[in-house]
Amino acid sequence: MSVTLAVFYLLAAVTVVSALGVALSRNVVYSAFALMGALLGVAGLFVLLGADFLGVVQLLVYVGGILVLTLFAVMLTQRIADVHVSNRAVGRLPGAVLVAALFAWLAAVGVRATWKVAPEAAPAAPTTWGVGDAFLREYALPFEVASVVLLVALIGAIVVSRKEVKA
Amino acid sequence: MSEIPLQHWVVLSGLLFALGLFCVVTRRNAIGILMGIELVLNSANVNYVAFARYGGGGYDGQVFAIFVIALAAAEAAIGLAIVLGIYQQFETIDVEATDRLRR
Repeated sequence: MSVTLAVFYLLAAVTVVSALGVALSRNVVYSAFALMGALLGVAGLFVLLGADFLGVVQLLVYVGGILVLTLFAVMLTQRIADVHVSNRAVGRLPGAVLVAALFAWLAAVGVRATWKVAPEAAPAAPTTWGVGDAFLREYALPFEVASVVLLVALIGAIVVSRKEVKA
Repeated sequence: MSEIPLQHWVVLSGLLFALGLFCVVTRRNAIGILMGIELVLNSANVNYVAFARYGGGGYDGQVFAIFVIALAAAEAAIGLAIVLGIYQQFETIDVEATDRLRR
């Protein structure tokens, strides 16, 4: 087994075990910390795929931003001192059967399909040039729209979550 | 790179998607549901980047993955703000308890 394949299996195992933790953990705080493992594993997989910039973005935005936001939301909506189970799940068995069937179908399609794989691309080089070029050339309009979406989300989040001031 | 067959990535992404979906359909905690959505989005990103790499090494897949990450950040901000609003209103974030419109 080559080193690359071993690294892939290691990262995939970290990601899947953490995702299992997110899905099955009984306390939402443990779910949040397991989510960190899953996101870190995906960042490592991006680097393994040669997408170094995307790996760092994943690290900064997901682990550094979204996860911290999630933990703050957990903290603000739950009394941490309480030991009651805060993440009750309903209908676990039917959900598990449904999702297992869906996964079996997805995996069967993914394995059986004949994917057209291009011959080995150029060895992994820093991708920042290519990504930046794509953003400023063919994806310039979606890029600008994304910035407006982020601004709207920022304002919307403030409007939704602030307390009403009764004058 | 060719030591890892493309099928490995597809199956891994399918597994992440299934676990995220399981999280979404079984949780009663609103924040748990949002975590499941993050897993689903990550599985889509893995697929984007893997297909971009095996399909000739263009940058389109990576650019799309960055857009997905940006939208996931916006979704998390709005979603958690709504969850906080629900908590202020109902004193709970159990999605079964917030059924005012149904009664």
